[in-house]
Amino acid sequence: MIEVNNLSKTFKVYHHRKGFFGSFMNLFSRKHRLVQAVDSVSFSVARGEIIGYLGPNGAGKSTTIKMLTGILVPTSGSVTVNGYIPHRQRKENAKRIGVVFGQRSHLWFDLPVQESFELLQRIYRIPEAQYRHNVEVFDALLGLGDFFRTPVRQLSLGQRMRADIAAALLHNPDVLFLDEPTIGLDVVAKARIREFIQQINAERQVTVVLTTHDLDDVEKLCKRVILIDNARLCFDGELAALRRLLSTERILSVDYAETYSDISIPNAQVIYQEESRVQYRFSPEAISTADLIGAILQRFKIVDISVQEPDIEELIKTVYEDNLTLAQKLAEADVIDLTNRKRIS
Amino acid sequence: MHHLSLYLHFVKLRIRSQMAYRLSFVLDLFAQASISVIDFFMIALLFNRFKELAGWSLWEVGFLYGMIGICFAVAEMMGRGFDVFQRNVVRGEFDTMLVRPLGTFYQVFAHEFLLRRLGRIAQALAVLLIANSQLDISWSLGKVGFLLVSLVSGTCFFIGLFVIGATSCFWTVQSIEIINIFTNGGVFMGSYPFSIYRWWFRHFFTFIIPLACVNYFPSLFLLEKVASSGVPPLGVQLAPYAGFLFLGVTMLFWRWGVLRYQSTGH
Repeated sequence: MIEVNNLSKTFKVYHHRKGFFGSFMNLFSRKHRLVQAVDSVSFSVARGEIIGYLGPNGAGKSTTIKMLTGILVPTSGSVTVNGYIPHRQRKENAKRIGVVFGQRSHLWFDLPVQESFELLQRIYRIPEAQYRHNVEVFDALLGLGDFFRTPVRQLSLGQRMRADIAAALLHNPDVLFLDEPTIGLDVVAKARIREFIQQINAERQVTVVLTTHDLDDVEKLCKRVILIDNARLCFDGELAALRRLLSTERILSVDYAETYSDISIPNAQVIYQEESRVQYRFSPEAISTADLIGAILQRFKIVDISVQEPDIEELIKTVYEDNLTLAQKLAEADVIDLTNRKRIS
Repeated sequence: MHHLSLYLHFVKLRIRSQMAYRLSFVLDLFAQASISVIDFFMIALLFNRFKELAGWSLWEVGFLYGMIGICFAVAEMMGRGFDVFQRNVVRGEFDTMLVRPLGTFYQVFAHEFLLRRLGRIAQALAVLLIANSQLDISWSLGKVGFLLVSLVSGTCFFIGLFVIGATSCFWTVQSIEIINIFTNGGVFMGSYPFSIYRWWFRHFFTFIIPLACVNYFPSLFLLEKVASSGVPPLGVQLAPYAGFLFLGVTMLFWRWGVLRYQSTGH
């Protein structure tokens, strides 16, 4: 469905001169520096897969998505989606893909949702029967009816997101690109959108490429993740494998009922202490969460306790910092051969 | 056919949203028309003192003024999408256009329609009609056709200028104000007979930026001034096509620019 081979993108960042004469000179200016946004990335996605395309801000996620959707022209390497080369066959590719950017809407700001949809029906030449069927199905799953006649600019973030996702699927695309689809949404809205994506994927065999910072999104939706950092691909495989392989240190925060003088616990390291508030860092391999909490409860009175799992940002940091060890670990686990950056299983 | 009906649909939606505040719209129309009435009044004052300019009477200059005024106002009304394209790029709206199965030029063109320019168009048309009534032009079918082609071509010329300005956004993001020298400045320069300008200036605005082809050369023919101007008659006959050619070249420039689009943020 999607084939990406040694894909690279280099941006030219121009120096801008200020003022009238400066802006005139900018026309002829060739002064720039090069920024490598994506560096020889290769992967492939099969029909019906949901993949999480992850990485910290500025890693090159969006740039990759923009090359897959035909917005940007790659500097080198090749990419095909559905057999089309997105930047050369932009319009053909556009007919077969749906795109949602969480940061901004693809709908018309001053039109009601319904009219935006009707405009899309004209643009994509969607047959009336298909259009009606899709609107009905999406309404049932996403509850569009509540705000179908409301101008897009008046929608809440959650409503807008639902409208945008439905809009991207009206023309029955084969591939759906979702860039941060749950950003800024509350728990209920997030759950609803995840469920919808799952359902669409299962029923219509829509391939989904998802970029997100939300680990929950990934865990609920994606079996497979691709990690990218500093423009390079650093992991491609099952989410479970990634979790197992990475350092899984966790942080336990405790509010004690009173201030104790000696709060040390074997196998856990105190990393923060302010009066009765203490944080421990521990590795589940050395001590299980349950044992640690048990040890604490035995000796102290507590008010509140919570465990933090490492979030994606941290996982990725680990991957990047321990690149060598990770490569070794992965090679042992026979998941991926990082030296060729090719998936072998 | 699909593109045309879709374009009309876009225009309909645009007009409807601009008409949402009817009173403000009507006031705007009047404001636009009256500002440009004052505009022409300045020229009339000038002629009150000098009677003629390089052999052109007030109403002959009014004819020039009306022609270029119509072309520019129609171009602003229809080519608005290119005029405000910088905003699209900054807001990331151009990314949206790139994921739609339609040409980018078409989408930007269909994106905006500034109905309130009707006020300007009405004022320029009025000046043209009054000038015509004062000038005693011997109209023939051929001349009417020549005028219409010239007006359409002149409109294309100004849209072409907007396209150049829009294309430059692919590199600078901040639009280049410089293009206004040719648009607003062009209307001002074109309101006077080109024979008053220097040699290099005339040639630059004939062969590089064909501003003189919008109204000056066509007016020479329509007002029967070709012989006295010293401009080759064949050149005058070909002038009304320069705008089409110019727009065509800027469309190629656009296509070349789109491939170099770098998108923004995220």
